[in-house]
Amino acid sequence: MNKQNRRSFLKTVGLGATAVTAAAYTPFAIGGSSKKVVIVGGGMGGAVAAKYIKMMDKYIDVTLIEANKDYYTGFTSNLVIGGDRDIDKIKFGYDGLRGHGVNVVIDKVTNIDANAKTVKTAGGKTFGYDRCIVAPGIDFRYDKIDGYNESVANTKITHAWKAGPQTVMLRDQVQSMKKGGTVIISAPPNPFRCPPGPYERTAQIAHYLKQHNPTAKILVLDDKEKFSKFGLFTAGWAKHYGYGTDNSMIEWVKGSAGGKIESVDVAGMTLSGEVDDYKGDVINIIPAQKAGHIAHVAGLTNASGWCPIEGKTFESTIHKDIHVIGDAAIQSPLPKSGYAANSEGKVCAAAVVALLNGQKVPDPSYVNTCYSVIAPGDGISVAMVYAYKDGKIIKVKGSGGLTPGKFNAKFREREEQYGYSWFDNITHDTFG
Amino acid sequence: MIRKTIIKSTLLATSFVLGMQVQAVPSAEMLSYTCAGCHGTNGASTGDAIPSIAGLSSTYLVETMNAYKSDERESTIMGRIAKGYSEEEFELMGSFFAEQEVNKKTDQVFVSAKASQGKKLHKKYCSKCHTEAGTVAEDDAGQLSGNAKLFLQYSLADFHDGSRDQEKKMKKKMKKMLKRDKDALDLILNYYVSGKK
Repeated sequence: MNKQNRRSFLKTVGLGATAVTAAAYTPFAIGGSSKKVVIVGGGMGGAVAAKYIKMMDKYIDVTLIEANKDYYTGFTSNLVIGGDRDIDKIKFGYDGLRGHGVNVVIDKVTNIDANAKTVKTAGGKTFGYDRCIVAPGIDFRYDKIDGYNESVANTKITHAWKAGPQTVMLRDQVQSMKKGGTVIISAPPNPFRCPPGPYERTAQIAHYLKQHNPTAKILVLDDKEKFSKFGLFTAGWAKHYGYGTDNSMIEWVKGSAGGKIESVDVAGMTLSGEVDDYKGDVINIIPAQKAGHIAHVAGLTNASGWCPIEGKTFESTIHKDIHVIGDAAIQSPLPKSGYAANSEGKVCAAAVVALLNGQKVPDPSYVNTCYSVIAPGDGISVAMVYAYKDGKIIKVKGSGGLTPGKFNAKFREREEQYGYSWFDNITHDTFG
Repeated sequence: MIRKTIIKSTLLATSFVLGMQVQAVPSAEMLSYTCAGCHGTNGASTGDAIPSIAGLSSTYLVETMNAYKSDERESTIMGRIAKGYSEEEFELMGSFFAEQEVNKKTDQVFVSAKASQGKKLHKKYCSKCHTEAGTVAEDDAGQLSGNAKLFLQYSLADFHDGSRDQEKKMKKKMKKMLKRDKDALDLILNYYVSGKK
């Protein structure tokens, strides 16, 4: 917040009405006990909320509790699997947040008590809060695929849907696969984290195989009938990897054609659907999803397995003074994406700062922007602007949409480069 | 400065009136924070291709967003995003970014010899309008020196091949400059990329 102090921020972040009506301006209790915010989860949503609360009001005491000392971004992890990016380039630590005055605690949250307003950790610590922001990301519904579980995912058949060691394992499995082998990707039902992700992953693996194992195949078994950026991905697969021809490297099977998977035979490396069995040399199962574990423990989820929230503040509609942001929240029409989490983190931060200071909650504005790389020189995007109207998050009419379908080499090259800049900026905005 | 203050207070007053409607106009900060995911915190880009927008003149930012919104200026994604905002919202964003410090990258790769030739060309053909190597808001133009390398390269290429409109004066100057030195765009690019004055 250059050239601007906390006071002028608070005057302007709210409605103009706050600024012109002096009576609405409540001064801070400077020198008194500071307000406490505890953030559970240091991913894209939690980390950016911590930073922006500090930027908006440095007097608020912000503690961020995260189980891992480093964060690997989900976005761009497909480029690690495709071999064009090193895993260390998607790894971020928390020193940047510490520099903004955030108290970063590496520990695992085991309980959130909404009545006592406390957060407990596996390390035996208890943190009290005035407001708690829960940003736990996703957890997997392993039970939907018989024979699949966390231990199988960690050792043989990855999900690689939380970036880290499994990302590297899947890359290595693809790279050491026998000549002419088959990679199977099982894509999940909606809703799930990063809707274009499985199809960018397909393209990135194809990009690797085209160079090093050109007779290999990729079989995508999908739970769904259609997917995000459908036309752009299928056209991109066709352009670069022969999709739709007899010699295609990629085959995509939709749910009604047998793509729904019910069980896995780990030893036999076989997936089974209602009718067909599919044997692979490398298998990647992206399972159905739900809100991260702690959200369930804290009773923040409804029957859907996700967390209902109010879109202006992201406060839980189940528990008062607890906000849920990012993939775990029911934030539709915002997608479960890193950029949406970034946008939600800032809206939530502004609401929390206002609420703690007795101010009017500012009117939100949200954006999503998401890039995928189909092949070197071929980037595509989707974008949307969102507003808050009549108590709901809405898409702003006329805004957003996809990269035009008609291929334009200049634009696609630029979109790839903008995608890389997007990565640099969103990670710096979050962790820097 | 006086101009800026007037714009700001007018905007606040307008927000006050619109605040009575169901869909209120978000604050300058709220709107501008949504840009940061792509353009960097407070508009200071760390990327190679996405430009910094910190410290831009408010007039230029509003003009640019309007040109994107109407598709008058060609873009990959900005047209799609600009269509989500009103003129008033552009003005709020403009007021926010105008208050930020210009972000000059000084760690980009360039060829020194080309940069010093580029500096001479800039002085002769560009500096009348783009003062201080294109880093001051008063010019009502985008940031040149120290902006993202690929952004500068794309912009020069687009002006040159006509896919982005130039003002008459600029067109004339660019033509003259290229007549004198056919590599002028590369030289001048190296100068801007250097981040030097």
